[in-house]
Amino acid sequence: MNSRVEGKSQVWVWAEHYQGKLAKVSLGLLGKAHELCLQLGGGEVASVLVGSDSQELVAELIDHGSDKVYLADDTRLSPFDTELCTHLMTELIQSHQPEIVLWGATSMGREIASRVAARLTTGLTAHCIDLCIEEVSGQRQLVGTVAGWGGNIALKIICPHRRPQMATVKSGILPLPEPRKRSGEVIPVKVEDGSSRLNIVEVVEQEEVTSLEQAEVVVVGGWGLSSLGGFQAVDELAQILKGSVAGTRPALDAGWIPAERMIGQSGKTVAPRLLVTLGVSGAAQFATGVLSSKFILAVDKNPDAPIFEMADIGIVGDLKDVFPLLAEKLRAIKGKTQGKIASPGR
Amino acid sequence: MPAVVNPGDRNAIEEALRIRERFSGRVIILTMGPPQARRALEEALAMEADAAVHLCDQAFAGADTLATAQALAYGIRKLEHFDLVLCGDATIDSGTGQVAVQLAEFLDLPGITNVEELTFENGRSLLVKRTWEKGYIKVRVKLPAVIAVTDKINQPRLPTILGIMAATQKEIKNWSAADISADVSRVGLSSSPTRVFEMSEFHAERQGEILLGSPEEVVTRAINRLVKLEAL
Repeated sequence: MNSRVEGKSQVWVWAEHYQGKLAKVSLGLLGKAHELCLQLGGGEVASVLVGSDSQELVAELIDHGSDKVYLADDTRLSPFDTELCTHLMTELIQSHQPEIVLWGATSMGREIASRVAARLTTGLTAHCIDLCIEEVSGQRQLVGTVAGWGGNIALKIICPHRRPQMATVKSGILPLPEPRKRSGEVIPVKVEDGSSRLNIVEVVEQEEVTSLEQAEVVVVGGWGLSSLGGFQAVDELAQILKGSVAGTRPALDAGWIPAERMIGQSGKTVAPRLLVTLGVSGAAQFATGVLSSKFILAVDKNPDAPIFEMADIGIVGDLKDVFPLLAEKLRAIKGKTQGKIASPGR
Repeated sequence: MPAVVNPGDRNAIEEALRIRERFSGRVIILTMGPPQARRALEEALAMEADAAVHLCDQAFAGADTLATAQALAYGIRKLEHFDLVLCGDATIDSGTGQVAVQLAEFLDLPGITNVEELTFENGRSLLVKRTWEKGYIKVRVKLPAVIAVTDKINQPRLPTILGIMAATQKEIKNWSAADISADVSRVGLSSSPTRVFEMSEFHAERQGEILLGSPEEVVTRAINRLVKLEAL
């Protein structure tokens, strides 16, 4: 095992940002990092931030729980250059030896984390749905819970002999910590190995409809909608509830939704205030994508469908009978609420 | 579980075949896995790949992504020559998409994932379009490189009868750890940094209330509950 640097254990977060905004997943990880420090019986939360002109982001990281920010203020370091970011992170980890490093399972974060893990010959537990510290074989270790084998099984994974212990978490899984004004230490760092084999030619941001991950209300349709002859019910309900539309794997296979609207283990993870499922049976691979939803209302005709074990409120019934009534009553209520908000004196 | 080609890997095979059709060259399929993984190689050969290599040895068993990437790197180094390594973006099992990048690291090559378009430039470099959360980026990279493709890159072909018949004539090479001079302290379970130490059936924890009755009744009760929970 590596020799440890004396001092507090450090839990690090790779802080991703784009156009002056930190990724929500990075902020969520800071909250989790703070929890892990408490479970370790003390420690420091640090973030690593790449980019110039990032004073505001530094403050935001500190206010969200970072005790330290390693700031690589270097114009060569594009967050899209995964090779340079790998060099930087490997060098920093080797000199500061954090106990734990957490990454958002974003397309760039995943790539950098995988590469860093290989270079340091350490473990990387991907797409964790939970992280905690547990005592295993007499040692306090990071335990990452992941959904295995299509999502039917929860696996607890450890990295007993190599350091740092590393994990990725998808966007939408972790709650955002409440920011409060704090002070923290900013440590300027730079990358020694400035070589990259990647030549970033163009970065294109495409216009987004409301991103599914950020949606407050999500209406999901599954194969059960075939009894209604298609997906219109989901669109209609999403419109009434001012929510986003999503679907299950069978809905994707039926051609009702594009791939980027699929929820589940191999698709998107959502964390809305309200999730409504129509004709979704709730296979475990679907469940892992909706775990963090605050309320789940499910409609399906099979009373034994697993969806009813994960729903707060389950309606057992045929969509043909239930849906028109549900739409009508919700429309009436949503109309009224809007009226109330618009009325003067409130 | 029947061993078949992972859906994502089919896209990688298809892209390799298209590159061969455009520029000539050879498509070699490489996999690591237990004896039944041979089925996947047969399927790939039936799609008309040229040759197949099966890394199969007890020493490789129980590998996590890191030890898998190590073994694949040994296997690829054993090939006489290669210009491009194509991978699917994720396996059905875990969907972590780590192996391609870690393989690139062990081969000391650039690696790019989430690729949905690739163009050859003057035969020695690639221009790839890779997606990210808010759009896409275009990256130029010299060959050789490791590229993981998404299912948007192409529509994989199905094996034809002729392809299936031709495949039976093609040899699948079986390589053991010794055949590829793999350092056994770097592959398999014992050199996997991560361990599964507990497994349990997956349970979503919620206090569900299931409503049965006439549609009118259940819908009314459901909506009353939602209002009470301030979920609307």
